[in-house]
Amino acid sequence: MTNNATPYAIELRDISKRFGAVQANKDICLQVEAGTIHGIIGENGAGKSTLMSIIYGFYEADTGYIEVDSKRVDIRTSQDAIDSGIGMVHQHFMLVENFTVLENVVLGAEGGALLKQGMDAARVELQRLAQEYSLDIDVDAIVEELPVGLQQRVEILKALYRGARILILDEPTGVLTPQEADHLFRILKALKEQGVTVLLITHKLREILASTDNVSVMRQGEMVAHRETAKTDKEELAELMVGKKVRLQVSKEVAAPTETVLSAKNLCFVDGQGVERLKNVSLDLRAGEIVGIAGVSGNGQSELLNVLSGITPMTSGEIQFGDTLINAKAPKNAAQMRDLKMAHVPEDRHKMGLVTGFEAYEAAVLGYHNSDAYNGKVLMNRKVMVDECSRRMAGWDVRPPNPHLKTANFSGGNQQKIVIAREVEQNPDVLLIGQPTRGVDIGAIENIHEQIVKLCVAGKAILLVSVELDEIMALSDRIIVMFDGAIVGELDIKDADERTLGLMMANAYNEELSEQALQEGESA
Amino acid sequence: MFETLILMLDATLRVSTPLILAALAGLYAERSGIVDIGLEGKILGSAFAAAAGAAVYGSAWIGLCFGILASVGLAMIHGFACITHRGDHIVSGVAINTVVAGLTVTLGLDWFSMGGQTPALSGDARFTDITLPFADALASVPVIGQIYSNLLSGHNILVYLAFAMVPVTYWVIYKTRFGLRLRAVGENPQAVDTAGISVAFIRYRALIICGILCGIAGAYLSTAHNAGFLKDMSAGKGYMALAALIFGKWRPVPVLLACLLFGFLDAVAVRLQGVELPGIGEVPVQAIEVLPYVLTVLLLAGFIGKAVGPKAVGRPYVKERE
Amino acid sequence: MSQPKVPVWVNVALIPFINIMLAFLVSGLVILAIGEDPIEAAGYLIYGAFGYDEGIGYTLYYATNFIFTGLAVSVAFKAGLFNIGGEGQAYIGGLGVGLVCLALDKTMPFYVIAPLAIIGAGVFGAAWAYIPAYLQARRGSHIVITTIMFNFIASSLMVYLIVNWLKEDGRMAPNSRTFEESAWLPYLHDFFLPLGIDIGSSPLNFAFVIALVCCVLVWGLIWHTRWGYQLRTLGTSATAASYAGIDTAKVTIWVMLISGGLAGFVGINEIMGVNHSLLLNFTAGYGFAGIAVSLMGRNHPIGIVLAAILFGALYQGGAELAFELPNITPEIVVVIQGLVILFSGALEHMFKDRIEGFFIRRAVA
Repeated sequence: MTNNATPYAIELRDISKRFGAVQANKDICLQVEAGTIHGIIGENGAGKSTLMSIIYGFYEADTGYIEVDSKRVDIRTSQDAIDSGIGMVHQHFMLVENFTVLENVVLGAEGGALLKQGMDAARVELQRLAQEYSLDIDVDAIVEELPVGLQQRVEILKALYRGARILILDEPTGVLTPQEADHLFRILKALKEQGVTVLLITHKLREILASTDNVSVMRQGEMVAHRETAKTDKEELAELMVGKKVRLQVSKEVAAPTETVLSAKNLCFVDGQGVERLKNVSLDLRAGEIVGIAGVSGNGQSELLNVLSGITPMTSGEIQFGDTLINAKAPKNAAQMRDLKMAHVPEDRHKMGLVTGFEAYEAAVLGYHNSDAYNGKVLMNRKVMVDECSRRMAGWDVRPPNPHLKTANFSGGNQQKIVIAREVEQNPDVLLIGQPTRGVDIGAIENIHEQIVKLCVAGKAILLVSVELDEIMALSDRIIVMFDGAIVGELDIKDADERTLGLMMANAYNEELSEQALQEGESA
Repeated sequence: MFETLILMLDATLRVSTPLILAALAGLYAERSGIVDIGLEGKILGSAFAAAAGAAVYGSAWIGLCFGILASVGLAMIHGFACITHRGDHIVSGVAINTVVAGLTVTLGLDWFSMGGQTPALSGDARFTDITLPFADALASVPVIGQIYSNLLSGHNILVYLAFAMVPVTYWVIYKTRFGLRLRAVGENPQAVDTAGISVAFIRYRALIICGILCGIAGAYLSTAHNAGFLKDMSAGKGYMALAALIFGKWRPVPVLLACLLFGFLDAVAVRLQGVELPGIGEVPVQAIEVLPYVLTVLLLAGFIGKAVGPKAVGRPYVKERE
Repeated sequence: MSQPKVPVWVNVALIPFINIMLAFLVSGLVILAIGEDPIEAAGYLIYGAFGYDEGIGYTLYYATNFIFTGLAVSVAFKAGLFNIGGEGQAYIGGLGVGLVCLALDKTMPFYVIAPLAIIGAGVFGAAWAYIPAYLQARRGSHIVITTIMFNFIASSLMVYLIVNWLKEDGRMAPNSRTFEESAWLPYLHDFFLPLGIDIGSSPLNFAFVIALVCCVLVWGLIWHTRWGYQLRTLGTSATAASYAGIDTAKVTIWVMLISGGLAGFVGINEIMGVNHSLLLNFTAGYGFAGIAVSLMGRNHPIGIVLAAILFGALYQGGAELAFELPNITPEIVVVIQGLVILFSGALEHMFKDRIEGFFIRRAVA
């Protein structure tokens, strides 16, 4: 409102949205200049996605309104948003996987009750768009057969085909390789030059600084700051995002690893669709050491955890764990791995680590429910389970310390403590930890980090998987980088810096080769 | 021998008709993501309403309208439960089948006082057989003439309608905007929603079509194939149609073939009742009767081909919170 | 930080009550449409079910079947499986009972036959559930569809066996011969009479006691054993189950074996307890009714007993009702049963979310 002459492509006024007891958005105001790339940054759960869903008509705001081109618009459905010239590229693509590119693009904009005419027209129009924005794609390809980067391109084409002048991208690089991501940003620049306004939602500072004109910061459902990108820097934005100085260093001695506890050789895993998710992964875990696995999410880290923990059987390769040799012919399931003294804090505590419908004391024995400690001859010994749960709750400061509360009713941090306590207190030799602090409040993060370090000091071998590079760097003694299912680099902590790791995560040691691979992907 | 074959194929067409209609009905529902084990109930409800309507008004066509109305009404209850209230599709289907099984008899007794049956229909109150042009003249021509006049000619209008619905369904599913959206909503409803299309509206429309087709199937049973409503006269046809839908892998033409196969097996079972086959002896009728179900189980188990349904089928569509 | 909760009684009492009332309300409208007085009808129904000793006996006799099939559906439900094949499993379970009785009734005493017949019912019912379970667990075929198919296969198989092999010579009706009395399960009235208690002459037999024992066993199994723990984990979250190292295929199979066995026990009540011969269609929809019972009973044995008695009362009272008001058929009970499935199953969210929301808001305020 400082300058009425500046044309805003989109303006939000006092948008609020509440889900039950959670205030997801509170009095959000935002002005986006036409023809710019505007970044919105915030931590996971800051309310960014909710806000974008409101703009795109997926949710209705409780209060507030939206203006597009200085005209108030009433967006109740996605159709309203599309009619207002808003297009959205969702974090999880909204594509019908067994449809062709063309069918996906025309869906909802078929141009008549019969398909033939509209499809032919769309084919021509797509060719034009492809040329104008250099978005080449085979329109007759089946979407599920395309690489992720191209699937995202279909999403962009969908929006443009509908005449979007404002394009929202929600965490667009989460699933992309760095090369694909770079390519995406080139496309976004081209769009901007054609007068399209881009709203980029991300939690990655680098992307904001590299590609946006303006940036707005969200924290806990509120818009806390607006900056011109050129006039801010990483440190300021990080501080605005988190709200207090980021504590990057965990007090931690230099590790003194001893003998190798687990040694994996040439692990391969091919999933149900025949996609090779793990490619010849070999690694050693030594007692008294934390090995961090860095990488963009979706590059095989989850599969590695699942194979090591016995949840999914490996396709080939072998694991030497203590005296036991595990391979595809002699697999061990998750229960057997536990018996060999391996513990696993899974990446997704809602889907795996806990049964949300169970009471806390029941969830606290998940995976160890067959243990003699909890069982009589026939019946389970409820008193033992409840007492033990109470004891752990006190020890780990789980709030509220009520073993009979449903696990769903604990906060994220407390749920995670229940899981970690359960796994750690079995006194394992090897501990696998996936995303230990995802969705965990800041106070609990420090606590969890300290516990992990303590375990390491106590001589456990720890494998830590996290998408938070800061976390990996703060905790690990050795860092392994994964890309596209393979290990692409390994660094000692003292040699590790963000730049090197970033290059490795981007598989940028062989730029040429990967560029080539990308081009092959595009022409496929 | 040839005449026997013609007779059996003729019976096949008659038995297959309600299966085809109901299986296509199920195809619309399931392609849109709604599991419909309530086909059975809709057929039964329609059979009753059609027979009652035809009996009261003396017209098979009025009966058909009543049948369709009843069936669409039931489909809307299914939609209300599964689409609007995110209920379990199977449970809703079971509920509808159960309610209809009880309600038809209860109302039938009250309205007609015949122990739950409707009065026997005759004349205009039934769909009568149509003789195709030149059928009589061609009857004496060997093979082709016999096929034309004895097999293709001489069915009632609903039989022809059922077969006509197969290409129509093919066209609707693959060549129209509605079909594209229908297929999309059964695969990935969120993609449809974000494309600015109402998931619920498409699914409701799919269920209306489903209701209409089941309505015709039911009317066929009570006002064309038979002359009145009998308790539980659908006798598992809805379930068999469901089996045919799976066996035909949710595609119109294979579904038609599955229905014809199942219909043919039925005709064979009737034909072989009490017949000693040389070298084999008497084949128990029940062994042939169960074949459609056994074959479907084998298919589902992946022993003969693979049945992969629409991806989002049976899952209620809820806009997810972040 | 804990989140607000809905009081327990809302879920276990208030919501089922509202659902059942809705089902009664709609049925009342049907009765009204027929031109009868729903209140009067309800009076006959309640009197028929509970008004006299014999009526109560009949109510509990029907309830016995509903307890078995209701438990069968619930056990599977708890593991996230929808066993819609109770009808077929009950039918084949009856075959098991019948074969044991027909084979042994002339040579063996009751105390030998009875346990064998019970085992026969369980084993045959379980066997019939095994194939769909195996196909779901190992080959990924959808258990709902396969169990439906198996209902039809069971029906044809039974017709074939009874008509061609088991039918008594010279009899028109497709029944086996009547068992000797050594293969009859004692009626409860015969049991109570010597004690000086007259409970009226009804088909209520010892199977009712077996049903109650099954309730206790199922309750213990689900909530107090490691097997139940695995079953509930699988039913809530398949990914958590595989994380915990639970062999989901194995659990699926044995859960269905238990479910099928429980459904098969209907054969004890019907074949050994009442009919004393093997006959066609004795399952009479009890298998499907089990779905209504388990939904109504919230998948808990106590709830199932209550729901089973309710449905037993409807069946028995419905017969009385049809007798008193000739305009109404006993099938009105099937309508009510369907409406219960509709309101407490398919439309469960219609009121549940709103009612829970109301209590959550109240708790927050």
